Amino acid sequence: MANPMKQKVLPLLLVALAAALPFLAPTYYVQFSTRVFLLGLLAMSLNLVVGFGGLVSMCHAAFFGLAGYALALASPQSGPASLWLTLPLAVGVAALAALAIGGLSLRTRGIYFIMVTLAFGEMLFFLFHDTQIAGGSDGAYIYFKPEVAIAGVPLIDLENPRTFYWVALGLLVVFVMLLKALTNSAFGHALVAARNNERRARSLGFPIFRIRLTAFVISGALAGIAGYFAAAQYGFVAPQLLGWHLSATILVMVVLGGMRTVTGPLIGAVVLLGLEEVLKALTEHWKLIEGLIVIAIVLVLPGGVQDLADRVFGSATRRVDEPRSRPEKPAVPPGEPAAATREVEHA
Amino acid sequence: MPEIALRAGALEKRFGGLRAVSEVSLDVRIGEIHAVIGPNGAGKSTLINLLSGDLPVTSGTITIGDHDVTRLGPDRRGLAGVGRSYQKTTIFPQSTVFENVRLAAQARSQKPLRMFTHALADDSVNLHARGALQKVGLEHRADAVAGFMSHGEQRQLEIAMVLATDPVIILLDEPLAGMGQSEALGVIQVIRSLKDGRAVLLVEHDMDAVFALADRLTVMADGRVIGSGAPEEVRNDPAVRAAYLGHGDH
Repeated sequence: MANPMKQKVLPLLLVALAAALPFLAPTYYVQFSTRVFLLGLLAMSLNLVVGFGGLVSMCHAAFFGLAGYALALASPQSGPASLWLTLPLAVGVAALAALAIGGLSLRTRGIYFIMVTLAFGEMLFFLFHDTQIAGGSDGAYIYFKPEVAIAGVPLIDLENPRTFYWVALGLLVVFVMLLKALTNSAFGHALVAARNNERRARSLGFPIFRIRLTAFVISGALAGIAGYFAAAQYGFVAPQLLGWHLSATILVMVVLGGMRTVTGPLIGAVVLLGLEEVLKALTEHWKLIEGLIVIAIVLVLPGGVQDLADRVFGSATRRVDEPRSRPEKPAVPPGEPAAATREVEHA
Repeated sequence: MPEIALRAGALEKRFGGLRAVSEVSLDVRIGEIHAVIGPNGAGKSTLINLLSGDLPVTSGTITIGDHDVTRLGPDRRGLAGVGRSYQKTTIFPQSTVFENVRLAAQARSQKPLRMFTHALADDSVNLHARGALQKVGLEHRADAVAGFMSHGEQRQLEIAMVLATDPVIILLDEPLAGMGQSEALGVIQVIRSLKDGRAVLLVEHDMDAVFALADRLTVMADGRVIGSGAPEEVRNDPAVRAAYLGHGDH
């Protein structure tokens, strides 16, 4: 059984350690860590639909990028934009896009869902790539970081990389708490039930489409928050922020870190980006080695890096729905319910 | 006459040119087990899928009490009081037995999709789930992983899940299929207890079980009803004998 001390103490320790980083590391690493955190936020948002919902979305970079573009387009050239105005705007845009895309694509299943979300993501990519909105394929600068002020008094100075880092860390804590509460709630259990056996969940009376759409929109809005701060950090937006390449990268983070927990994808982001950083310094052919290591991790740890953490720390991180015990052979293979659902559709 | 829980009127289901179900009308009453029998391909499973909403009807009407549910999907029909088991046991195999039943109870609770309150903290849902497990005799297996249990236990669990949704009518699609004798006896006991305060529609191939359980029998062949009534009447009906129970000229 999980040790409650470990469950509470370990995360606190990690957050305290992370909070101390700006005093220990040079600015470059502070900025690098900020970038890791923001992509970790994006991967955690994605995992709400991928891991808990069982829906492999290939357009989450679009929500991330749209929010970034919303900030870029709403920022004046001559001074900072107000965070109080631009953040809700950016998140609203991302959520609306998620509502539209989810509303259409959640009518499909499996591989078709992947293809449809991929297509929507690419449409948005080319909308910014092939038109002159915000500089077309060249992208656009955000000259000033958003201003956080109340009645003209600045509260937080995002121009300071340390401060920006702490904001990102704060967001991380909020995201983890929010997603944990959500996945532990009745709503979260219903979402997982629909993943595990859609037909049974529906016959019990759960409105599957509405549940999935709600999760998709929440996930898109959270991806928007990540995208807003990422665009602010880079000071630049380009169509690549919305592209499928980034969508696929965060999917790798999710799989790598472990998709059955809230924090797994964050670990995936740390491992993937950390690996890149180390390998880049060592060799020119870093992509080849990175690929091999990713394949090795997936082979050795099918449950993601989180599994390794579980083995080392006991089960400090509890799985949401899957029991730890692993008897010889399940009477019902996990893939079967989905196949059964298909049978009925064709019956 | 006891109250009618479910009424099907002139149901028809066509798959292209094939009439899988045609002009089927039947009433299922509270306190009654109504068995539907017939040879393979008679349309029994299609009928159950029409009643549960898993398949849309081509024409005809389905009412639960006074409520017309013909156009409702399976989730809305579930909320209207239809609970069902599938031919192939349909549970959440990765979750524990308790979580399976708890989800069923949650689906029917006041706020089934509440966010940000822990799902396991709802005492009325938990109590309801425990009660349903008790009714089928699975309370001692609450912490077992559903997918690792025996076939018979999984069947019992599926029935417990249906019970936890407080259905008015329970549809059972071959609940005894693939079951050993001793397992079957246990499940028959459970099925018999289901009609207390509810209506049960049972599709089953095991004739011994059907005659042991059914209060009313409907016989289908080629998508149509060819006989209906008390089990003894139906058993002696020459048309039914010819079509199904054996050859009439014997």
